[in-house]
Amino acid sequence: METMDTFKYFPTKTVNEACELLSQYGQEAKLLGGGQSLVNLMKQNLVMPSTIIDIKGLSDLDYIRYDKKDGLRIGALSTHRSVETSDVVKENFAMLAEMERTLASVAVRNWGTVGGSLAHADPASDLAATLLALHAQVTLTRSAGERVVSLDDFFVDYFETALQPDELLTEIHIPNSGRGNGFYYKFAQRATDLAVVSVAVYLVLDPDAQSRCQDIRIVMGSVGPTPLRSKRGEDLLKGQAITGALIEAAARVSAEDAQPTTDTNGSEEYKRELVHVLVTRSIKEAATRAAAP
Amino acid sequence: METLGLTINGEAVEVLIDPATTLQQFLHDNLGMTGTKEGCGAGLCGCCTVMVDGMAVKSCLVLALQVRGKSVQTIEGLAPEEILDPVQQAFIENGAIQCGYCSAGMIMSSKAYLQENPHPSESQVRHALSGNLCRCTGYHKIVKAVLSAGEK
Repeated sequence: METMDTFKYFPTKTVNEACELLSQYGQEAKLLGGGQSLVNLMKQNLVMPSTIIDIKGLSDLDYIRYDKKDGLRIGALSTHRSVETSDVVKENFAMLAEMERTLASVAVRNWGTVGGSLAHADPASDLAATLLALHAQVTLTRSAGERVVSLDDFFVDYFETALQPDELLTEIHIPNSGRGNGFYYKFAQRATDLAVVSVAVYLVLDPDAQSRCQDIRIVMGSVGPTPLRSKRGEDLLKGQAITGALIEAAARVSAEDAQPTTDTNGSEEYKRELVHVLVTRSIKEAATRAAAP
Repeated sequence: METLGLTINGEAVEVLIDPATTLQQFLHDNLGMTGTKEGCGAGLCGCCTVMVDGMAVKSCLVLALQVRGKSVQTIEGLAPEEILDPVQQAFIENGAIQCGYCSAGMIMSSKAYLQENPHPSESQVRHALSGNLCRCTGYHKIVKAVLSAGEK
């Protein structure tokens, strides 16, 4: 049986308390949300913190708020399950709720938190790819104050983020662009697996010419050190009338922009082909949804 | 060592434990409640599923100290005085059991899901149980059992 090394354990009730402890124990401490990734790593002795700061009890950070102008704000300690079942999420960001249904299993989503999931920074993260497509930003809080970072700048490398040792991820914000719609496409071997390849597309149509793409994000998961955007693919479509040929061209450059590696899930070549197919289908579906009244 | 107070199957419990103890280890090893098994130990197989405040969780990935003050329900709590829960009864009637290793987790996941959605469709049951693996591959009868429990 896998066992963990023991550690000092600090349960916290407030953000201030957590920040204080972080500034004191910073480097040697790990923040524990739902632990669905961290406890797993600790049991395998891949991470051996001497101090655990348990923030699961920060009920102040368990909220989902939506406002037409401001968009969607999700407290970092919200569970995946609460995002999945939230009516405002389903109504305004359907792809986010749909993505959650593909993320691990109900029991994991019941306990795992969205903030913890982002801070873990697995390049196969369903949540990360989807939020990146949705132009999300995160608030990072420390004793001395807070800063807002775009998710584009948050993921640094495999399991590495812009979070400093004394910072705590407190909020996810999706500024609502109003007219857009999107699609998350996950290709996995079994229902509860991590993605072999995943693609998230968010698309905004030109209000004056519904066949024209005003803005688009193409994000690919599991094919690089972080979720990757195909900016070349996005640029091909931005400002253009959406045609089959253009979607095909965008999918082709996306497959080139991906950085997959050969592993037990498949060869590099196979994964590039998957990117090609998934991007094609996702853009089509996102465009159909964005055009729907 | 830390103090842990919680409710297990309706009974208040208070113990001293090492913080590096998962809820599964606490139930299985410290309390001898062997119904909650560790299969993969990595949150994939669902054998360790228990309910915390009515929600299914994988007890192998939850620190015991994280359920301080909460109410935990295990398979042992489903049949007090040996009267089987309707879900357990349905598993027996439908032959939804082979080697039995996954059964406790399957039943706890099913129980939690039926509380949320008492009359599910087959595809809803399959989705709800996707985090529970049966290595005998006896899924068909398990799904049938959950559907029949839902009809009662």
